[in-house]
Amino acid sequence: MLATTIVALCSSFLTKLFGKKAGWILALGPASLAIASFDLFRRMSQEGPFSSFASWLPDIGFNIAFHIDGLGLLMSMLICGIGTFILIYGGGYLKGHEYLGRFFVCIQLFLVAMVGVVFSDNIILLFIFWELTSLTSFMLIGFTHDKQESRMAALHALLVTGAGGLCLLVGLVILGLGAGTFEISEMIRNGYQVTAGPYGTAAFILIILGAFTKSAQFPFHFWLPGAMAAPTPVSAYLHSATMVKAGIFLLARFQPILSPHEWWTFTLMTFGAITMLWGAFLAIKKNDLKQILAYTTLSVLGLLTVLLAFPTPYAATAFAYVLLAHAMYKGTLFMVAGIVDHQTGTRDVTKLSGLFRSLPFTGISVALATIAMAGIIPTLSFIGKEIALEGLLKEGPAGAALATMTAMASVAFTFVALIFVWTFFANLEDKPKYKEGYPSLLIGPLCLSVLGIVLGVAFPLTQSIVHTAMVPMLGDAAYPDLALWHGINLPLMMSLGSVALGVVFFISVGKKPWSLGEESLRHLALAPRFEAVYQKTLKLALKGAGILQHGHLRYYMRTTVIGTAALVILSLVVNQIPMPETDFKTLYWHEVAVFMIIAIAAIAATMVRSRLATIACLGIIGFMIAATYVMFSAPDLAMTQVLVETLTVILFALVIYKLPAYERLSSKGTVTIDAIISIVFGAMFTLLVLASSTTRWAETISVQHGDMSWVEAYGRNVVNVILVDFRALDTMGELAVLGIAAVGVFALLKYRRKKKEPML
Amino acid sequence: MNSLLLTVTARVLLPGFLIFSLFLLLRGHDLPGGGFAGGLVGSAAFALFGIANGVEKLREVFNIDTIWLIGLGLFLAILSGTFSLFLGDPYLLAIWYELPFFEYTIKLSTPLIFDIGVYFVVIGVVMTIFFSLQEDN
Repeated sequence: MLATTIVALCSSFLTKLFGKKAGWILALGPASLAIASFDLFRRMSQEGPFSSFASWLPDIGFNIAFHIDGLGLLMSMLICGIGTFILIYGGGYLKGHEYLGRFFVCIQLFLVAMVGVVFSDNIILLFIFWELTSLTSFMLIGFTHDKQESRMAALHALLVTGAGGLCLLVGLVILGLGAGTFEISEMIRNGYQVTAGPYGTAAFILIILGAFTKSAQFPFHFWLPGAMAAPTPVSAYLHSATMVKAGIFLLARFQPILSPHEWWTFTLMTFGAITMLWGAFLAIKKNDLKQILAYTTLSVLGLLTVLLAFPTPYAATAFAYVLLAHAMYKGTLFMVAGIVDHQTGTRDVTKLSGLFRSLPFTGISVALATIAMAGIIPTLSFIGKEIALEGLLKEGPAGAALATMTAMASVAFTFVALIFVWTFFANLEDKPKYKEGYPSLLIGPLCLSVLGIVLGVAFPLTQSIVHTAMVPMLGDAAYPDLALWHGINLPLMMSLGSVALGVVFFISVGKKPWSLGEESLRHLALAPRFEAVYQKTLKLALKGAGILQHGHLRYYMRTTVIGTAALVILSLVVNQIPMPETDFKTLYWHEVAVFMIIAIAAIAATMVRSRLATIACLGIIGFMIAATYVMFSAPDLAMTQVLVETLTVILFALVIYKLPAYERLSSKGTVTIDAIISIVFGAMFTLLVLASSTTRWAETISVQHGDMSWVEAYGRNVVNVILVDFRALDTMGELAVLGIAAVGVFALLKYRRKKKEPML
Repeated sequence: MNSLLLTVTARVLLPGFLIFSLFLLLRGHDLPGGGFAGGLVGSAAFALFGIANGVEKLREVFNIDTIWLIGLGLFLAILSGTFSLFLGDPYLLAIWYELPFFEYTIKLSTPLIFDIGVYFVVIGVVMTIFFSLQEDN
């Protein structure tokens, strides 16, 4: 996984190196991961789950802990397996695109982040990977960043998933504090339940919110269709096969902990069902192939949520099968939509027909994938659907209702499948108009669609995998036997019924877009509402920033100075810090002289009427401060102070050279106010220094530093030892700040010059 | 500035200042000095030369991209910390090597590399600001 990260970061260069073939080569990374996942599955059945642990910040419970179990492996196989095809496909789809390298970097980073999500055991680590998927998704949706539409879609997705991510973090932390551990596997092992800890309901709601936003459940679903602005490989991968499943995965992962909450079943059932039906309903109203697929994806996500509502073996098995099957056929169909778009230039189904003649190989994969989508024997999704229906029917009246809804959704699926079939296989007598896609485009859809069928026929192969995946959710329960043919029972009848209804529906309506309640639907669209709220928030923020960030340096300084003075004086008074007894008899005359000079120079600096004089006065102050350092035997500080003062004066002189003539612009009133502020601030500082000599909370470290300097760092100059050895990391930070400041000065001055040039 | 006295003095003093700045840099670990002070002396020397002889002349003796110099310094500082990683120690832990040189020993160490990094950054920063101001017109 680390290797893939490195490869991901380097892939921009690799792309340049290998040119057109980069996709094929980069695909080796996820392919090997997928194979590794498969191998781990085999070993896991004998050895149990794997863990690795490295503590990072143990004080706050943050450890790099990975826990590889069946559920995670099932996901990682999907992620890496489909990722392999997507990389190859993306290489072909974006062939010659100037940002191809960027695409590879983002999508591989995403892949790594996803694998991180499914394997991480520590909740903080989980959250980091989780956010990383949101971020990379943002970059990928906004890939064509010159289009307003895709920028907006990317922003919506980021805001929704980002807000969800924050909810998730808070929820997870509450959960972790309640459980006394931040390791998920430990929580589950201890049998921790969310209801046992404090604020259990809050944690429950927050985690559910995180999962729902990520998986685009109603009412957060609107970002997903918008995200279709991304290039098709991205839509196929992130917004169908993997990222949106992250939320579902999260629910599955936390099912043992969260499901004891009394709201679990109800919440998941309700929102899942709404999402399922709403997605299915909208899918059949769209003309754009990708939009259609996006809404059916929503619908499947809803179904998955519904299945998770019931922590029973039936529902869990159905969950795993639907997950697998959906990734395969939907991945295929998305890639097909991409090919169609790529080769014909449109995705509008009303304009396309008889594509099979032009795109025969694409057509084959469409045929296979649509069989799966409609849920017809002998596909994986048929098995998934049958078990789902059977499992739901066992759950009493609510389950029966949900099963009916599922059947209704699959009517829509059949309809959508028929749209695809129609696009490819109707009007075959037409002459071929388009070219077939490249091999790199075709291999993904072909392999995935064939796999969907093969695994369906050879389902016992998948059985052990799915069972291993279910162990972390439910333990070793009795899992239902699978079969392609269960005999004629209620689920089969429902399946058949929905397929038949879908066909009838399609024949009666055809591909014609139908305008039922178009107006009322527009009122229900959430994306514009969200946009409006977002714009209002932005305006408010601008106003707030406008008040605070007015751009007048003087007022910034005033605010800072007054604020600091007020706070310090307040704390001095509140804490009643004692002032030291001052005995002026111990003062030497030269000390008094130095202080007098400083005071006079300071007053003079405010009085003189030229800039140079002001700077000279400030210089005097600086040098006198250096003199005090000498008096208190700090030669290093004194030397540095002298040098800094010298350079400051030099640089100031250079600046002044360029400034306009000195003028007194401030009114009497402003000057008075400034004087008062300065005096108060000065007084505050005097008090602070005096107070600090009487107040000490901890042992001074200067003695220790002095002692250790020679013993540990072989240096006699304590100041230098502190700088380059004891506190070298701090110094490094300061160096970086210095460097950045210099670059800033450079940029400011150069920018000004550039602007001048055209005037000359 | 057209002062013959200043021009000549600055020219004569430049090498002296630079040697002094190196001296400060190298003695820093035991006696007052170090990368920061050394760097300030060095950049003050260049700045003085620049004011006295003009920036064009300064560019002739100081023909380095100052931003690059900052980068070099930061790189050295970061690099100096990595050696200890190879010995399995925490980042930035000092490593010392005493090189015998006739009857003296020369103390070589990673903090010295760090300090040289500081030296370069300081010179780079001051000179960046100096050049930006002076080459402006």
